[in-house]
Amino acid sequence: MLEVRDLRVQFDISRRGRGKTIVRAVNAVSLTLAQGEALGLVGESGSGKSTVGKAILQLVSSSAGSIHVGGEDMTRPDRQQENRLRRMAQMVFQDPHSSLNPRMTIMRSVAEPMILHTPLRGTALRARVAELLEIVGLPRHFLFRYPHELSGGQKQRVCIARAIALDPELLILDEPTSALDVSVQAQILEFLRTLQEQRGLSYLFISHNLAVVRHICNRVAVMYLGGIVEEGPTEAVFREPQHPYTRALLRAVPLPQAVQPDAGQPLSGDIPSPTDLPRGCSFSSRCPEARAGLCDVRTPDEVERGPGHRARCHLLSLQDP
Amino acid sequence: MTGPPLLAIDDLTVEFDTFDGVYKALDGVSFSLARGESLGIVGETGCGKSVTAKSILGLVPSPPGRTRTGRILFEGENLLEDAADRVRDIRGTDIAMIFQDPMTYLNPVFTVGQQLVDVIRAQQRHRPARERMSRAETRALAIDMLDRVHLPNPERQFHAYPHQLSGGMRQRVLIAQALSGRPKVLVADEPTTALDVTIQAQILSLIKELIESFRLSVILISHDLGVVATVCDRIVVMYAGQVVEDASVAEIFDNPLHPYTRGLLAAVPHPGLPVSSLSGIAGTLPNLLDPPAGCRFQARCPLATDSCLRKPPLEAVGPAHSVACWHREAAPDA
Repeated sequence: MLEVRDLRVQFDISRRGRGKTIVRAVNAVSLTLAQGEALGLVGESGSGKSTVGKAILQLVSSSAGSIHVGGEDMTRPDRQQENRLRRMAQMVFQDPHSSLNPRMTIMRSVAEPMILHTPLRGTALRARVAELLEIVGLPRHFLFRYPHELSGGQKQRVCIARAIALDPELLILDEPTSALDVSVQAQILEFLRTLQEQRGLSYLFISHNLAVVRHICNRVAVMYLGGIVEEGPTEAVFREPQHPYTRALLRAVPLPQAVQPDAGQPLSGDIPSPTDLPRGCSFSSRCPEARAGLCDVRTPDEVERGPGHRARCHLLSLQDP
Repeated sequence: MTGPPLLAIDDLTVEFDTFDGVYKALDGVSFSLARGESLGIVGETGCGKSVTAKSILGLVPSPPGRTRTGRILFEGENLLEDAADRVRDIRGTDIAMIFQDPMTYLNPVFTVGQQLVDVIRAQQRHRPARERMSRAETRALAIDMLDRVHLPNPERQFHAYPHQLSGGMRQRVLIAQALSGRPKVLVADEPTTALDVTIQAQILSLIKELIESFRLSVILISHDLGVVATVCDRIVVMYAGQVVEDASVAEIFDNPLHPYTRGLLAAVPHPGLPVSSLSGIAGTLPNLLDPPAGCRFQARCPLATDSCLRKPPLEAVGPAHSVACWHREAAPDA
């Protein structure tokens, strides 16, 4: 469904007289997503996870690498290809409030993609919008409401209705529940799971929340500073994390339970700036297990650690050849 | 825990005047904080946890805010009856607060050192001139405080501007400011919500360390049950301006009695366990301009009956466990 090879995205933020400053937001990211699969892209802020999602939909332009959606090369699409891309893949953003036009009724917002891409008009269009609202679990009388009359969870449902209006095969969900309260988040997550089962959708689920990703995705890719450090089946990654960063990330999450396991020393330091990446492994500046002379010099290669479970760490290749 | 509590909130009701009517933010909130205790307040948007925190420090703007009933007793003294001057003396020296977004609370045009020095001097303004710290002593204290919150290189960071620090570092500076007056109580309002998880883990471990070394009593406000469970001994669960349950951490997680607490726990995906289905809480928060009489959770509650139209009292059901629900006996065992 989706195949991304060696994707790089760079932003030039140079200012006159200050020399050249380039933000390397995404560095050589490769990922594949099969039909009906849900891949989670997790990482902290600045890891480049949202940029990957946006690059796939041509919302930011990539500097190198290739993107195939539904078997078609969409790296540099022309107008017609871009039209096809938008019918195949749609995105749901974090903040439902700022992704709905406050001056459009719900009817108009949800109808927009069909007005642009299909000949559907008039009563047929209205019937289709009402049907979409029903799918996302909203009452029909919401058609002529405005976004400010809806709660956050309801607005996110409207955004999902709009995203599935053209029957896409791929949904890119960028932190779809981060702006919502947990009781509402649970409703949306359960709904997204049913929606996927019913329609055989593929999800690229971008989130910083590991628990949410574990709940929705069958595969996970962990990003740090623009690169994927570990990727594998969800349960394998959560049970036997291979990369030191994944382990630190999992330990850092406070658990909703009475007794907290001893998390040990938290990871020290801050995430380095993507304008000035560390040499060698990008995690070497914070890694508690980093070896001088190796990790801060050479970029680690991908090591296979199980079926479909890969990590990029020198220590793994040292362990067993 | 004997003797009177360090801080007690008693039947606090706070309202805000808006163009649409009176917004009833808090409805008879009561809880207390014992000396040396860490208390967590959890709840979702609009539950009144931040208004409660701000009320303690007299930071609710008035107008539009208005305290209708209630007392806030700090070491037996009712802060709501005190003169503004007295409250200002207590705020920052006896009770200090840290906030969610550290950037908003630092002035971008002054160095963090200067802002820390200002805070320390403000705390001493009522002392006679010769008892105040000298310039050099103040600076030394400021650098010592930066060191105690583990800001790397405090001598140099003293001269840094807020934008030169990361979010986690800024929160450390705010904690240093808050603790420089040696407060007895620290109120932390979502202190790690704006931070990444690995940075959040650093700040939480710092707060735990400082609770020991400064012998602090803490009120930690968060929407994240995991965060509260990491730091606190006791949890107060709030919903729509009411306290629904007040119990030790173990009791909240292992024996929740209020239907809202149970709903909240069932809605949180657990990062350490494989997938099980989540159940959200159907419905939405009541409109606090016109809240239902009695229990404010009734419209979303699976157990609600007519008796819920009267407000259930917060009753003790065991040591270190109180709950405000008419149906707690009927609630099935967890």
